[in-house]
Amino acid sequence: MKTSTRQVDGVTIVDCSGRITLGEGSVILKDVVRELLSKGQKKILLNLGDVNYIDSSGIGELVSSYTTTNHNGGQLKLLNQTKKIHDLLTITKLLTVFESFDNEDAAVASFK
Amino acid sequence: MTEQRVSYTLDSTLETVDSAEQAASRIASEAGFDDDEVMRIAMAVREAAVNAVLHGNAYDPGKKVSLAFEQTGGNLVITIRDQGKGLDLEKIPDPLAPENLLKTSGRGIFLIRSFMDEVHISPSQTGTEIKLVKHVHGPSEGVKEASQ
Repeated sequence: MKTSTRQVDGVTIVDCSGRITLGEGSVILKDVVRELLSKGQKKILLNLGDVNYIDSSGIGELVSSYTTTNHNGGQLKLLNQTKKIHDLLTITKLLTVFESFDNEDAAVASFK
Repeated sequence: MTEQRVSYTLDSTLETVDSAEQAASRIASEAGFDDDEVMRIAMAVREAAVNAVLHGNAYDPGKKVSLAFEQTGGNLVITIRDQGKGLDLEKIPDPLAPENLLKTSGRGIFLIRSFMDEVHISPSQTGTEIKLVKHVHGPSEGVKEASQ
């Protein structure tokens, strides 16, 4: 898994690509989110458009990132879920937890 | 589907999880499943391998994971066995329960059951065996089961 971050109107967009799985992938996500929070960047939008695979550990890390961000007074939302990720979040009922967007502008505006 | 059996004995490492997933993907594809089903089968095997390596064998280098793929009677049957203390089925939480939705773990068995037509889990004091079955043409009415 690879990530890069960019700022848009006070929102940190984390562009993720590759696999979020047990081991390296989930650790990278965890580290990125915690680093952002430590720097006070608490409006986080995870762009999952180029994530081609996620397993239960990756789902767990998404949940962990979400709850950690909330506990730090921030917000974490999802952008561009692939069909595979959407299906996984649907069957695990996590679509009811995450606020998700298909449009970056709308996602960024939702943080205001 | 041609009847055949392939088996592996694997170390209790993260590499085993990836190897099991890749083998499942290849064999399911060769068995004629479409891309979506191949992904589901491979993910189910990955989750079972994660359970075997982490929760069963607890990364113990002295313990092995056995993995077998069998194509028989129109089914793809996958068996994963560890050498751990045996999974306590009573302790598997319902990940869809409201109080568990924000838990960071505990979804592996649920996903396995969601993706396979039959799941049989057999814990014992010498390890846990999980048998995953996928019907080539999907489950017949009343056949799908998720035993605990």
